[in-house]
Amino acid sequence: MWRIVHQFGSPPWVYRFCERVIPWLLPITFTALVIGSLWGLLYAPTDYKQGDSYRIIYIHVPAAVVALAGYYVMAAAGLVSLVWKIKLADTAMRAAAPIGAAYTAIALITGAIWGKPTWGAWWVWDARITSMLILLFLYLGVIALFEAYENKAIAARACAVLSLVGTVNIPIIYKSVDWWYSLHQPASIKFTGPSAIDASMLYPLLGMIITFYALFAVLMMINLRDLLLDDHRSSAWLKKQLEA
Amino acid sequence: MTEYQGQSGFEYLRAQTGRHLSLLISKPSEMLNPLFFFLLVIILFPIGLGPEREVLSDLAPGILWVVALLSNLMISQRLFVDDFDDGSLEQLVFAPVPLALAALPQLLAIWLTSGLLLALVSPVFALMLGLPEQALIPLMSSLALGSAVMCLLGGVGAALTVGVQRGGILLGLLILPLYIPVLIVGSRAVTEAVLTGGDPTVPLAFLGAALTASLLLAPFAIAAGLRISLEL
Repeated sequence: MWRIVHQFGSPPWVYRFCERVIPWLLPITFTALVIGSLWGLLYAPTDYKQGDSYRIIYIHVPAAVVALAGYYVMAAAGLVSLVWKIKLADTAMRAAAPIGAAYTAIALITGAIWGKPTWGAWWVWDARITSMLILLFLYLGVIALFEAYENKAIAARACAVLSLVGTVNIPIIYKSVDWWYSLHQPASIKFTGPSAIDASMLYPLLGMIITFYALFAVLMMINLRDLLLDDHRSSAWLKKQLEA
Repeated sequence: MTEYQGQSGFEYLRAQTGRHLSLLISKPSEMLNPLFFFLLVIILFPIGLGPEREVLSDLAPGILWVVALLSNLMISQRLFVDDFDDGSLEQLVFAPVPLALAALPQLLAIWLTSGLLLALVSPVFALMLGLPEQALIPLMSSLALGSAVMCLLGGVGAALTVGVQRGGILLGLLILPLYIPVLIVGSRAVTEAVLTGGDPTVPLAFLGAALTASLLLAPFAIAAGLRISLEL
């Protein structure tokens, strides 16, 4: 059992794993993305209050959900790297950060586009929007800190500490901003009890959330593969791998 | 605690706090500059917004807190820099107390000479902005507690960036998002007192809880950050 865990610490193994999985996962994700978008944008029923403008949730909600999860992926990789000194965890952390930042930006931008017809303004200082904006800055902070160091091994340790500090703060930021002012609707999908959203709208949404997770995974593998190529460009195993 | 040249760990911490305090007091300009900065930025608001008393007193809690936050950021940039340059930070690692504790005297000294000082003189600035008198005590206590939290968070950011060239702006990017809960709760304590003429206990209790939590957790992050910056 431990062998599986150990394999994830070995750059050659992970490189080969990425090479093998990406050609499968990438087309599947794109197909799911197209089907999910068509389902959400064409076949899901029109909302009786918001009309067709609500359809942006099929992009907005999945992006927001995965943006937050992405931060935890990054922080978990940081924790692994700090505690067990696994260099590959550093690389995983670096691979996750820009994708998470992009997801956060997508959630903010789609939210603004939705807000214009619904609330009548591109931007309102609502609790969740504000905490998503803060999340974006937490991501940008980690990326900026990494770029600032000359020695990249040191940079990765610093980023790991920063992302862990951020993890402790995320719930506090959410709660405090929530307390500050809330205009945003509360969560409609609940794991316990009935959802406040009809099944005909819920299923395409859940499908899109899963697709966005898969997209995150495949983008992260692509990033990871490229970072491994860069970090190990002079190592023997990579030369052998590329010749094969 | 372990003995170190005849000193117990506690004596060591007390001596270090005294050392940092006398270093700070020996350069009064370093201590007073954040105060002048605070005053100057506060003057900018009436000039920019217009001198109407109602507008200013409505905005006063937010203005005072944002400016306190900025001056705290400015102070955090200087934290650890001198000790990093002259090598005494490396000595800190070999102190008879754990690094997480050994970094605290400097933070305490900084807080006493900046955060607490600012909290004590803040009523002067508050009255200039027309903040009602019943809000003065909540303002002072929220600034005193909040600046201690910000000092600890700033310490984490400073520890991570002390080895970086031109880390100043980077530090702002790293720690301003972390300051936001403190800003929300702190300015809420003051507005609560203005609006209801009374009870800022709940936000102040939140600040106290934040101080307790950051006092428990931040030293470890600071120690980890210092080790990284010293490449140990």
